[in-house]
Formats: sequence, structure tokens, C-alpha cells
Amino acid sequence: MNDMTPIAKTTTLKDWESDQEVRWCPGCGDYAILKAVQRTLPEIGADPANTVFVSGIGCSSRFPYYMESYGFHTIHGRAPAFATGIKLANPELDIWLVTGDGDGMSIGGNHTMHLLRRNLNCQIMLFNNEIYGLTKGQYSPTSREGTSSPSTPLGSVDHPALPCAFALGSGARFIARGFDVSKELPSVLKAAHAHKGAAFIEIFQNCIVYNKDRFEDFAAPKGAEARQLWLKDGEPMLFDKGTKGITLDAEALTLKVVDVVAKEDGTPDWQAAGVIVHNVRNKAVAHMLVEMPFGPFPMALGVLFDDPRPTYEESMLSQDAKAREGKVADLGKLLAKGQTWTVSGTAADPV
Amino acid sequence: MATVLADTKPTAAAGNPTPEAVVVRFAGDSGDGMQLTGGQFTLSTALSGNDLATFPDFPAEIRAPQGTLFGVSAFQINFGSTTIETAGDAPDVLVAMNPAALKTNVQALKPGGLIIADTGEFTKRNLEKAKYEVNPLEDGSLAKWDLLAFDISALTLESVKPFGLGNKEALRCKNMWTLGLALWMFDRDRAPLVQWLKDKFRKNPVLADANIAALNAGHAYGETAELAGPLKKLHIDPVPSAPGLYRTVTGAEAVSLGLVAGAQLAGLPMFFGGYPITPASAILHNLAKLKEFGVTTFQAEDEIAAICSAIGASYAGQLGVTSSSGPGIALKGEAMGLAVMTELPLVIVNSQRGGPSTGLPTKTEQSDLYQAVYGRNGDTPLPVVAARSPADAFDCAIEACRLAVQFMTPVILLTDGYIGNAAEPWAVPDPASYKPFPVSFLGENNNPDGGKVLPYKRDERGVRPWIKPGTPGLMHRIGGIEKAPDTGDLDYSPATHQLQTDARKAKVDGVAKAIPAQEVELGNTTGQLAVVGWGSTYGPIVQAVRRARAKGLDVSHIHVRHVWPLPENLGDLLRGFDKVLVPEMNTGQFKTVLRDQYLVDAKPLNKTSGQPYTIAEIEAAIDAMLA
Repeated sequence: MNDMTPIAKTTTLKDWESDQEVRWCPGCGDYAILKAVQRTLPEIGADPANTVFVSGIGCSSRFPYYMESYGFHTIHGRAPAFATGIKLANPELDIWLVTGDGDGMSIGGNHTMHLLRRNLNCQIMLFNNEIYGLTKGQYSPTSREGTSSPSTPLGSVDHPALPCAFALGSGARFIARGFDVSKELPSVLKAAHAHKGAAFIEIFQNCIVYNKDRFEDFAAPKGAEARQLWLKDGEPMLFDKGTKGITLDAEALTLKVVDVVAKEDGTPDWQAAGVIVHNVRNKAVAHMLVEMPFGPFPMALGVLFDDPRPTYEESMLSQDAKAREGKVADLGKLLAKGQTWTVSGTAADPV
Repeated sequence: MATVLADTKPTAAAGNPTPEAVVVRFAGDSGDGMQLTGGQFTLSTALSGNDLATFPDFPAEIRAPQGTLFGVSAFQINFGSTTIETAGDAPDVLVAMNPAALKTNVQALKPGGLIIADTGEFTKRNLEKAKYEVNPLEDGSLAKWDLLAFDISALTLESVKPFGLGNKEALRCKNMWTLGLALWMFDRDRAPLVQWLKDKFRKNPVLADANIAALNAGHAYGETAELAGPLKKLHIDPVPSAPGLYRTVTGAEAVSLGLVAGAQLAGLPMFFGGYPITPASAILHNLAKLKEFGVTTFQAEDEIAAICSAIGASYAGQLGVTSSSGPGIALKGEAMGLAVMTELPLVIVNSQRGGPSTGLPTKTEQSDLYQAVYGRNGDTPLPVVAARSPADAFDCAIEACRLAVQFMTPVILLTDGYIGNAAEPWAVPDPASYKPFPVSFLGENNNPDGGKVLPYKRDERGVRPWIKPGTPGLMHRIGGIEKAPDTGDLDYSPATHQLQTDARKAKVDGVAKAIPAQEVELGNTTGQLAVVGWGSTYGPIVQAVRRARAKGLDVSHIHVRHVWPLPENLGDLLRGFDKVLVPEMNTGQFKTVLRDQYLVDAKPLNKTSGQPYTIAEIEAAIDAMLA
């Protein structure tokens, strides 16, 4: 991460563009995410030589080819395992993992879980478009019930997975949400990068071919204030220009939307309405935020949870280093370890 | 060798004259500590200078129900004053700790061999569990063997009485009592075992003392009991071997040490990604204790993550290694393809076991040869190296590391359950006697025109450079999609796929130029019959061929280490023989490879019982071929 890179590198957005022709469908949300990342990296002083983008398989996983950094386009669902090997071999590298709802939640769900519980220091960007794009439109583990697709012509019947809830349940210490065209996305990415440990970011992404405008209900600019709750640490959970807020129904132990009246000076009187203040270290509330259903509630966006713990590579490599202390790697001695005997001359006098 | 014994009457059990080799099998319940007894007997045998080979044979269940036929655990050791290459065909001595152990093992015992049985365990209930209607110790059914039956249980209880152990704990000392008797029979020093027991039970000196007392009592029983009949003391002379320092080594130990040595010779830290599986886990356990050798071990969430993390580490500049057995190797297949496509070094160890599917987890087989050579999607060639014995696994592991880094390729190292678990004496090698193969990473742009770095620019052997992420100015992208030559940019065009498929094949074919020519193990380089083996059939083949040659038959033994690509001279060598016989513990996989590669009429000899070949089985096949 940034704090392990001693000198911040000065780069521009252009420095992060590779010479490869971007091959996503015109209008795909991936373009916006690519630009957001390329805009963010210079701002955090990232060094292209020290940055590795690791991906699995799917539309989102083509991402590394378009970044002028090191990149490894691996196999379906396994990017977290590759990232683990890379990071343990060289903890100085700054690793960005790019995955999708099929890659990271279906075929690779197991690896996503274990990377998060181990807390490998890296950023995981899960592009959630609620559909299989590269294989031409089958429903995915995050598709809503009733999704009609080539593989579910009668509509899907299984319940969708919630990536942020999955991540939190797996032990992730950083959970954030954003969407492709959001101008806030770079700030979410920056927060993820600043977190030391596995930082999980769900990015809603518009698949214009197979799942067009799936997120328009909250992502559309018009009326966005009423449908997006941008969470900021230490600030009250207000939305819709401060006229609404989130409170805790202490009896039911659930979140609740309340109306907020403006004070005389025009600022919202959120205290009177009982609106709660976002504390990124509060895991109990994080659990409620990741489950908060859109519709009755606004879409919770921004940093939902951020409470660092020691990272996997730190713990493991320092344990290894301690085990090595005071020991000399003498192969000859190792080979001759245990009970040995010497044969000399006629071999008839074993010791 | 047991075989020499068979030719030399009378038998070891009769005790006179001194045989050159003896085969002893300890058999008991899986809770009786037979593997431990066998292991310690092996150590004392090694310390007394005999050559030896062992065959631990245990059930897949950790604690199978007591007294049952399927819960029997056995340990066979062949030791002697001549060169030993197999664990022996038929035991001369069978120690049977209960009726089930007798029933499942007695048929293997050589006629005239000695049975030592614990009458204390031949109770009505245990006889029923072993499906004996009548007590075999009493009905004369064991007449063709010598029988020595006495109450080891009671004798053990008596010997540990002073230590006040509970009945169950006291009976656990039975294996040490038995070992004590065996040590007396073969004139072994008890001192190293006493020391070992003291170390093992350091935290519980009472248990140490009780076990030592049982060991001494067993020894004293042999010494003092005025036993008429078969129990005689035997001294097997030390085997004449080359001067030097020796130890015993199992295949799993040798692989682990060889990987450490290989990484050192390459000048690289090693990253080992593994997932628990029988019989391969021992390698993960061994390496986890060797951090000071620059080893990082990672127990992954599954077999796929194990290999993927190892590839990730190789990508980042370490020597990535993963290990498993057949079912786990199957799961790793797709990732192997990526390692071939991205041309990264990687060592994959397969400790083969009986298959298909879960098959025989604790038994041995050689049936993953096709999987190793061909078992991936696409045209995905990679080198395959096969170890012939526990000690040989050390050199083979080094060889696998060398090929992986010199050719930027994944390499499969094949061992098997037998090699992994079995022990043999090993002349401790001097690390300085191995030629280092230091790795160099690309540090500067390799583009002669000064354009972008060329990660797929091949050298004269078709090998691409190894570029570590973190190197300034050499940023590039790799992945599993077909790529243009030199630049590595995505390129699905027909010409590119043709060219790169050919290039990957040519690179691996070229490995044949970097490996030793095939030698003939035993016999002439031309003749009537070549017996061609690979892997752990080495011991029985070499002994069978030696015997056949002693009978005047024109037969040679060729044992192939480099299973893929094959040594360049192997085809010509095989064409110098009228007939070719390929014994394998599978249904004929290497035979098919040889037929395909050389159009030779190789004949199969196959066995898939989960047990290694006996010498006699191969000898009979040789006789039949030359009849």
C-alpha cells in the first residue's frame, strides 16, 4: 500500500494508459471505472512499476491490459489466490484485484472469502453488473429474482447474493460501495487504498448490452439525492438534501428512514430526528447497512466499514522472520540431520 | 534381498546358516503402533549397517474399529548384508498382534516362515471380528509355518506393572515389547531406542520408563526364555557400501530436501502452496519447518488456490512449488495451463495414489502418467520427471527445479505413495557436488529498437525472460489469452496461435537436449529383451532382471527418469532389442507413450492392486517373454 511505498511517484492520468486498444462495448460502465482508477492513481502517488493489477476472467477482468502497470490476467475466479502468492513473495507491491459478480461471487466465491478473512493487503474492486456479460447474458449470482436470461428463460428463481454482506461475513475490515459513473468513485478508491488490509469495493456497473440501466433507479442523476445515501465517517446519515435521515429503531433493532426538519438557519435538525452518525468502525451498523434494501431505503454508498487489523502478509512474514532468527541455512547440515551412521573402509564398522 | 534367502535353504526363521537378507512384517490393529514399531526397527537396522527397504501399508481410516480386518496396519522391512532394492516379496517373519492381522497377512508369509502371535488377543470376540470360526493357533491350519504363540499382552502388563499405568495405557506398551523381542532376534543395539523413548516422552517420564521396561522385557524374553523351536537369534552382517555418511530417508523427506536444494541452486526463495491430501501432506509439513532456508509455506483454501498462489509467487520472482496427489492434481489442471501460457517456472509434485476419484488414498499406483503428460486442455506440453526410489526423489526434485527455471515452464515431479512413505538408507550428498543454476531476471528493456519491453522475446532455446513486477520501466501484462510474439499483446489471429503453439511445443521438446542420455541400468545396450520401467517399479525390476541374467537370460533393464520429453536416444536404444516389456502399476500408460513415440511393440505388464510389484511377478513375466 501507499504507506509501504517510500517515495510518492509523480504521474499523470496519461501515464497509466497502456498502448492497448480498449475492447469493451461502447457505452460500457467499465470505461468510467477505468478512468476513475487512472485518475485516482496519480493522486495517491502510486508508482506504475510497483503496482500490479490482477484479474480473473470476465469483462471486468480485461482491466489489467489497459493499465500501464504490471498486470496479470489469470483464470476464472482465482485472482485472489494469485494475489496472495504475489503479495507473500513481494509485500512491497501494491495490488489491485479486479473481479466481477460471476468471477468473484460465483466461481471464485471461495477465494474471495479466504482472501478477506486472511486480510491480505490489497484492493478488491468487484464490478457488479448483475449479469454474465462475456458469456452473453446468463443470470449471475447477484441477478435479482425473476431475471430472464438465455439460461433462465422463465426467470431466475434463486435469491441474489449481496457482495458487501458476503464480504463483511467473511471478515473483511473495509467495505465500500460506488458506481461506475459516480464522481465520488475516486474518493472511494482512495479510501480503499489508504486502508491497510483487504479493502473490498463493490462497484455497480452498467452492462449496456445484457442488463442495460439495471441501476438507473438509484444511479440516475435526476433525483439521485433522494436515492443515494453517501456515508461519511463522523457525519450524520442524511440524504435527500438533508430532509431525510437514517435512524436506529432501538426496539426492532433495525434502521429506519425519518424525516428531518430544517433548523432556523436552514441546516437540518438531524439530532432532533434521531439520525445516527456514521462510525466506520461500527460493525453492527455496517451489518445493517450492507443489508439495507433499496426501495424502502436509499442505496448506501461510500465507505460502509473501515476498521483495520494486522494484515496477513505482515503476520505471516514476521512469524517466518522470527523463525529464521539466529538460524543459519546450512543445507549440508540439514541433509545430515537425524540419526546417521558412517561407513568407513570396509563398511563393517558402523558407528 | 528376500529372494536370495528363498534360494538359500534353510530359511531365516530356521536361522542357520545366516541368510543375506530377511523380510519382517509387523502387523496389528491400526491403534497398535505398528508404523512406529516398524519405523524404529528401521532406524536400528540402518544404524547396524544393513541395507534396507521398507513398505508401510496402512488403512485410510485414522482409527478403524478395533480388531477388524480392514483396520489392520502393517509395516514390512527387508534388510540384509547385500544391496536391497525392494521391501521384499514374502516375509520370513510375521509378527501378528491380533487375529485380524494374522488373517490378512499370513498368506504372504514364506512357507516355513515364522509367525509370532500374541495369544492374549486371540479372544473369542477378536476371532469373530476376524471371521475365524476356530482359533487358527490351535487348529493346525498354520502347519506350513513355524508358529510361536505366547501371551505378549500379559507379558507386557507384567513388565510395566511397577509404573502403575491403567490397563489401556499399559497395553499400549505392547509394541515396544514386540520391538524388544525383534531387536534381540536380529542382534540389535537397544541404546538408540532407549534414548528415543526418553526424548519422545520427555514430558512424561513414567511413560518413558514403562516403554523402556517393555522394550527390555521383550529383549530379555528372547534372551532368557528357553524356547525350543523356531526363535533363534540371527546376526545379519552390515552391507558393504561406499564409505561416507548415511541416514535413512523417506521419499517425502527427500522431495522436501531436494526442493530446498533446488531453490538454493537456483538462488531463489521458495514459495510452497499446498492443500492437505494423502499421501502428499508430509511435504507441506516438512517444508513448514524449514523457514530459515528462505521457504514460505502457504496452506491454501483448496488445491486450485495452492497452485495459483505458487504461480503468483513465481510471477513475483520466487520459485513457486505446489504438491498434491491425483485428485488434487486434477483440480490444478487449468492453472497449469496458465503457467504454460504465461511461461512461468513452477514445480508440481504428484505423490500418486490408487485412482480414479478418491480411489485408494493410502495405497500406491502409477496411474497418473497420462494426467501428467497429457492431462490439460489445449496443446499444453510440460516436462515430467519421475523418481524411482525415496533417495532418488532428492535428485529428481533438484532436476525439476532446474528445468522449471531454465526453461520458464511448469514441471511435474511424479512420486507415489510407496516412494513417499517408504524409507531407505541414503548416502548424505554434499550440496557442493551439485552444479548451481542461478536465475537472472530481466533488469533492463530488452527491445533492441528501444520501444516497449518484450516479455515474449524468446532466446535461442525458445525461452522468454523472467521479469519481476517492481522492476522500473518494464511494466507489461501477461495472461492466459493467446499473445503476439515478443510483445505478448493479445492476439487471437490464426497465424499467431499457430506460431505460439509451435513455439511452446518446440521449447518443451528442446528440454530433451538438456537432459542426460538414457542409460541402461543393467545388462547390454542391445539384446533380446529390454524391461523398461519408470518410477517406483525400479526395485523389483532391477532385482528381477539381475536374477534372470544370473539364469543366463539376455535381458536388460532401462529405467526412465525423464518421462517427458523422453531422452533423445531412447528410441534407438529400444530398437536395439527384439522385445520390450513395460511393467507398470497401471493399465499400460507408459507402454502407450513408448508405442506412440517410437512405434515399438512394447508389451505391457500391469498391476493395480495398490501393492508394489514383487520381484517374482516381474521375473515370471521375463521368463514368459523369453520362453
